[in-house]
Amino acid sequence: MRKIKEFLIEKLILICGLASIFFVGLIFIFLLKEGLAVFKSVSAFAFLGGSKWYPISEPPQLGILPLILGSLVVTVGAAIISIPIGVGCAVYIAEIAPLKIKEVLKAGIELLAAIPSVVLGFIGMITLVPLVKKVFHLPTGLTALSGSIMLAFMAMPTIVSIAEDALYSVPKNYKEGAFALGATHWQTIYRVILPAASRGILAAIMLGIGRVIGETMAVMMITGNAAVIPKSILVPVRTLTATIAAEMGEAVVGSEHYFALFAIGIVLFVISFAINVTADLCLHERI
Amino acid sequence: MVKISATKLNIWFGETSVLRNINIEIYANEILSIIGPSNSGKTTFLRMLNRLNDLTPSFKMQGEVMFEDTDIRKINVELLRKKIGMVFALPLPLPLSIFDNVAYGLRMHGERNRKRIREKVKQALTQGYLWDEVKDRLPESAFKLSGGQQQRLCIARTLAVEPDVILFDEPCSGLDPISTAKVEEAMLKLKKEYTIVLVTNNVKQAARVGDRTAFFLSGELVELDKTEKIFTAPSDRRTDDYIRGKFG
Amino acid sequence: MARNPYRSQKIAFFCLLLATLFIVVPVGMIVVVIIKKGIAGITWQFLTDVPRKGMRAGGIFPAIVGTVYLVTGAISFALPIGLFAAIYLSEYAKGNFLTRMIKLAIVNLAGVPSVVYGLFGLSLFVVFFKFGASILSGALTLGIMILPLIITASREALESVPASFREASLSLGASKWQTIRHIVLPNAVPGILTGTILGLGRAAGETAPILFTAAAFYLPRLPHSIFDQVMALPYHLYVISTQVPNVDEKIRYGTALVLVFLVLVMNLIAVVIRYQFRKKKKW
Repeated sequence: MRKIKEFLIEKLILICGLASIFFVGLIFIFLLKEGLAVFKSVSAFAFLGGSKWYPISEPPQLGILPLILGSLVVTVGAAIISIPIGVGCAVYIAEIAPLKIKEVLKAGIELLAAIPSVVLGFIGMITLVPLVKKVFHLPTGLTALSGSIMLAFMAMPTIVSIAEDALYSVPKNYKEGAFALGATHWQTIYRVILPAASRGILAAIMLGIGRVIGETMAVMMITGNAAVIPKSILVPVRTLTATIAAEMGEAVVGSEHYFALFAIGIVLFVISFAINVTADLCLHERI
Repeated sequence: MVKISATKLNIWFGETSVLRNINIEIYANEILSIIGPSNSGKTTFLRMLNRLNDLTPSFKMQGEVMFEDTDIRKINVELLRKKIGMVFALPLPLPLSIFDNVAYGLRMHGERNRKRIREKVKQALTQGYLWDEVKDRLPESAFKLSGGQQQRLCIARTLAVEPDVILFDEPCSGLDPISTAKVEEAMLKLKKEYTIVLVTNNVKQAARVGDRTAFFLSGELVELDKTEKIFTAPSDRRTDDYIRGKFG
Repeated sequence: MARNPYRSQKIAFFCLLLATLFIVVPVGMIVVVIIKKGIAGITWQFLTDVPRKGMRAGGIFPAIVGTVYLVTGAISFALPIGLFAAIYLSEYAKGNFLTRMIKLAIVNLAGVPSVVYGLFGLSLFVVFFKFGASILSGALTLGIMILPLIITASREALESVPASFREASLSLGASKWQTIRHIVLPNAVPGILTGTILGLGRAAGETAPILFTAAAFYLPRLPHSIFDQVMALPYHLYVISTQVPNVDEKIRYGTALVLVFLVLVMNLIAVVIRYQFRKKKKW
């Protein structure tokens, strides 16, 4: 009796162990199932390279290049802001901050990570957007720049915590060796610790960027959502994620528009998959 | 009567050979001491007997180990471990109360009758020379006991499931001399009912309690004989050197 | 002039401090602003009344209830699966290719954009299983989303239980499952709880996954069954800050405060549990 019970439980454990693989597969299959249908009416090339996104015109024009570029501009902007600040903060926490301050800072970073993106979007709308509008004398503050700044804040917790882990796990004797040779603390950080932790920091940056690309609500609320190819960072843009979130509500199930939004989902899934696998390889070296 | 016998036993962890061609017979109701420097394979041998090595993924073995004329690989592993109990080098109470530590094994083997559990716990603690010290604090966490008490609790815990053989893996390495003496005293009493295999780093301990003594060196069994013989007239030069403290 | 290493160190450390302040100060400001402006909107009526006048007045009670339902549903789906998956990884998995694949899948699951979860939930639960936009669909979608978080936290908790406890239990003849059930799990509870609560907080704050699977734009009543749509706090905040013009600032900040409060309280509880546990750890 006990044997049977344990046998069943252990099988259940195995099944649940495989659940993550199952769900990743399921997500991919269902995205493909709905998304590939769009390529009956538009070629993959025209879909990815088309510069016009008019999904509800007749016939619909489904080119997602403006959306890809929109995501790219916002992401690059966010990366430029968040990488130096995030890595700098990680170094400060891991190497310089006294123990008590360190705990406070880490708690602060966790706090930032916990704030829902819709709240950050809301705050951005109310504070950042008018500021950008005023500073740059723009007709609207809902721009790629506002999005980049807000997204940088969402990438930073990821970058800081993973980079801090990487810095922290650099063996102590590296540091002691450098000190013994008379290097200053900063020289040690710059020449010994940072290079030793470079893979982890790279992974941190990638995962931070992954978070930015996938971020939806805040972006939708503050980038203005204009599906045109961006010519500067001071114009409204529309990202891949925001397009799905904003339009799926109106798309008729089974319509070309609906399929196209799923196809965008495939693009996002593939990007995040690539980023996560690469970052994981950076952290664990071998597959 | 032969309780356990190992024949042509070879063990590897991954590519590393840990034991080579070990042949030992362990008799019922004796204390067999196993001595040898660290990394000589004596603990691996001990862990072989109740198949704790199976927990290490890289473990490989050749040869056979018989428990009462049955290959231990053919015995249900839980039953085998019930029959062959183990006391570890460091006192290792489970994170439970004193009472529950002793009752744990009973319960895991399906005993539900509270009265019987209470009786057996008392009996086991008495046999482990601990009852008088803990009878008023049974619900307390086992971690509140001193190191020596914890180790005797571990012995009592092993006794509670009524094993045939008890394996001691350097049971006194973390204990002070007085606690050590109490554990040794317990072992000598237990010998009447149980078969005991004692792995020890402490050569004098082997001399004090062992009926027979085996000397392991670098994964090989150098010599196995009556304890007096090993300590007075060993047939192998290396045994003599080790006992006299020339190495190890 | 030779570079003075101590001066460059001073400059560098100052820059690093600046970077840190760049993150921490805005975070503090965000929290302070939300609390300061939101507290004015919090009244008993705000918390217990339905939205009125096209969400320009009244309260947010249905959204609070909706979020509680969604989060409860998500956790009751994700916790058992996540816990068993963690047990598999920490107690059963061997260091082989399959294990590597499972770990990679978890990493990926954690990295899938939340809006893609929304799409997935829409196609699988809403359309394919015909659950419709409902609490059930939304909870399942959120559940899969927080699964990696729960697995990772539980696995860490299980693995932090010393191997020697397992050996001691096994050496008494307890079976593997008995050892897990009676020795490993009880000692991993605080860590599992921490992960669960963090998962709750995450599920409570996410909007994109419930956009097309559960959330109702405006539904001033409580749901009757798990096949009903619900309002949810994060979506409600999105709606009143972008879709409905002229909503009083007090209502918007009030909603933001309630949401942030919920999420932060859960995080705080998690931190406290972790701290208490570390303090009285027995080994």
